[in-house]
Amino acid sequence: MNLLDHRLLFVTGKGGVGKTIVAAALARLAARADKRVLVCEMDAKGSLAAAFESSPLTFAPRELSPGLFAMAMNTEDSLREYLRLFVRIPLLGRIGPLARTFDFIADAAPGVKEILAVGKLCYEVRERHYDLVVVDAEATGHIVSQITAPRAINDLVQVGLVRDQTNWMLDILEDQRTTGVVVVTTPEEMPVVESIELIERLNTTTKVAVAAVVANRVLPEPFGRGELEIFERIDSIGRQQVIDALGDAAGAVLDAAELAVSLRRNGATHLATLRSRLPPDMLTIYVPELYSRSAGGRAAELVATALAEELL
Amino acid sequence: MTATPKPTPSQRSLAVAPPAGSSRSSEAKRRDTSDAGSRNDVGLGGLLAAKEVIVVCGTGGVGKTTTAAALGAMAAARLGGRVLVLTVDPARRLATAMGLTELSNAAVQVPASAFAEAGVTPRGELWAAMLDTKASWDDLIRRHAPDAKVRDTVLSNPLYTNITSRFVHSHDYIAMERLNELHSSGTYDLVIVDTPPSRNALDFLDAPARMADFFGSRLLRWLTVPYRSRLFTAASKPFYNIADRILGSRFLQDIAEFFLLFQTMEKGFVTRAKQVEGLLRDPRTSFVVVTTLETAPLVESRYFIDALAERRLSLGAVIANKVMPASLSDPSAAKASAAMRLRAGELAELLQPTVAATEPALPLATQTRIAGVFGEIADRFDDLSVVAARQSERLHELMAATPTVATVPTLEDDIHSLAGLLQLGGYVWRSL
Repeated sequence: MNLLDHRLLFVTGKGGVGKTIVAAALARLAARADKRVLVCEMDAKGSLAAAFESSPLTFAPRELSPGLFAMAMNTEDSLREYLRLFVRIPLLGRIGPLARTFDFIADAAPGVKEILAVGKLCYEVRERHYDLVVVDAEATGHIVSQITAPRAINDLVQVGLVRDQTNWMLDILEDQRTTGVVVVTTPEEMPVVESIELIERLNTTTKVAVAAVVANRVLPEPFGRGELEIFERIDSIGRQQVIDALGDAAGAVLDAAELAVSLRRNGATHLATLRSRLPPDMLTIYVPELYSRSAGGRAAELVATALAEELL
Repeated sequence: MTATPKPTPSQRSLAVAPPAGSSRSSEAKRRDTSDAGSRNDVGLGGLLAAKEVIVVCGTGGVGKTTTAAALGAMAAARLGGRVLVLTVDPARRLATAMGLTELSNAAVQVPASAFAEAGVTPRGELWAAMLDTKASWDDLIRRHAPDAKVRDTVLSNPLYTNITSRFVHSHDYIAMERLNELHSSGTYDLVIVDTPPSRNALDFLDAPARMADFFGSRLLRWLTVPYRSRLFTAASKPFYNIADRILGSRFLQDIAEFFLLFQTMEKGFVTRAKQVEGLLRDPRTSFVVVTTLETAPLVESRYFIDALAERRLSLGAVIANKVMPASLSDPSAAKASAAMRLRAGELAELLQPTVAATEPALPLATQTRIAGVFGEIADRFDDLSVVAARQSERLHELMAATPTVATVPTLEDDIHSLAGLLQLGGYVWRSL
């Protein structure tokens, strides 16, 4: 199935690999395909807003461009909404001090914050407010506890409304045609190792499916077929001749090409490791290094175009 | 596993990490070849010699843990004394690079053989430990519990594990707590700690204060009022009703019982949290921010630098990691690249005999093909020089904002050995 035909996508990855840009790009792509999309930032760092060149995002979704809505997760607001919708407590004024004390409870009780966040996302999916919800999710270290929060609560809380409601959330999260995790990595050692570990953990400890792996900033092959050997000879035995013809600075030009070759070779090794550890049918999307902006609206647009080439 | 990361081509002539005590002139020469602009690049050697605690911070993916280890390795090699690197979430490779099979909560010494392999005779000792949140919490409970009964009840509470791994940013708190413990033990001359990857870079700075606040909070007092009387407290009734409907009273009671026990440890915890906060403010402590010259990490770093200033904490240095070689920004190299593209045909004619005829022969290396390769070489230079130009501009912005900026070049390979760590450390060292 097409990645964008899911209803809920959690985009995660090690810090610094570009998961926010990929989440923004996926949302843009879906909106381009005339879907009504909600994109949600979980960590309130503001980088998703930057990817849309938008003012800071709020809990209330804002339409940034036709069909594309964005919000920032906030567990307190989520609690208010929850109380209003499900517990039918209209006394919003009395909840002020409650929210403050609630923060402590939520810190203390396992899974409460997570379930308020995940619950809000699942709610948007269940109510069919959007065709697709894209989540700029927590980094690899935290995503599992977030996604498994409904399960954890189900196990810990024996009675009460929360328990009753975990069932429909699990139905949404554990249906692989509805929900998928998109794991973003770069062709570097640590991001690849963390991605492999995350996918294994998701497969063994959850029923949530991995929908795709995105390898971001993949360096292009610096030379075409048969050209690398020619370059290596120019670089070694021909180096002095080139310098004689063009001057000393030509050495730096050859050095740069050499750096490009070894960076690519290093990255290719890590990508090979990644491929060897993924199930053979895993959707793997390669986004090239753009040698351009790495944040902001322009970068999101370029990544969206690169993703479109691979996806559509 | 002993490969030394190959330096970028511009540092080719200086490929080997200098042994301890290498001469100042060769050191200076190496710096000059690797820096885009080193106006305020005074190096970290002095900082590490002057401080007792270095807190290494930065956003994910910038090489924070590796940098912390490299600083530790350099301090042990050059300054002497007993140096400890406390890491939070290390790659297995890092342990291996230091010649250790694994890292644990208890510090272990990096074996002499690892230094010998790197061709270095260290002046001091290098120790390494990894933060184990659960084990550290258990230690804290053992220390602060008023009696064996409370201790055992807390440690065996089913909620305890879940709670300690989550509440009041316990990971951040425990990192700072452990740092304080290690520093105050008097065992080490220098402790370098790598901070946890936080959602918010500031969480760990504020963690000790939060811990103290937590014990003074109304909620904790309310939760620990005997269960029955709580029902009749008018003020708490609405909250209780709501919480009960959402979470169920049984669960709430479980939490309350746990905190009731926890409160008996208040005095110990609060005193300790204040000590930890004091250590962060101590003049013997300094912060080092690691960043790359990418947009997102730089934004985080600037935010962090401002936050340190706001809290009057001492920023020792900023380390810009993964910096492209300075030669990429050299105007004469850009000219050479343009000339290479323009004169590709001429160069191909000149080089064809050398390239094609050297054994084993490359019959496909026609002049057209070789000319094409020259065009590709120029393209690769141009690609990377755009990145380098952007980096250079950002580096200067960073230097305008902070007193000490050290740069580490893009290494072609990952670090797999102590020699690699020492080489990385060498870039930021520079003896004063």
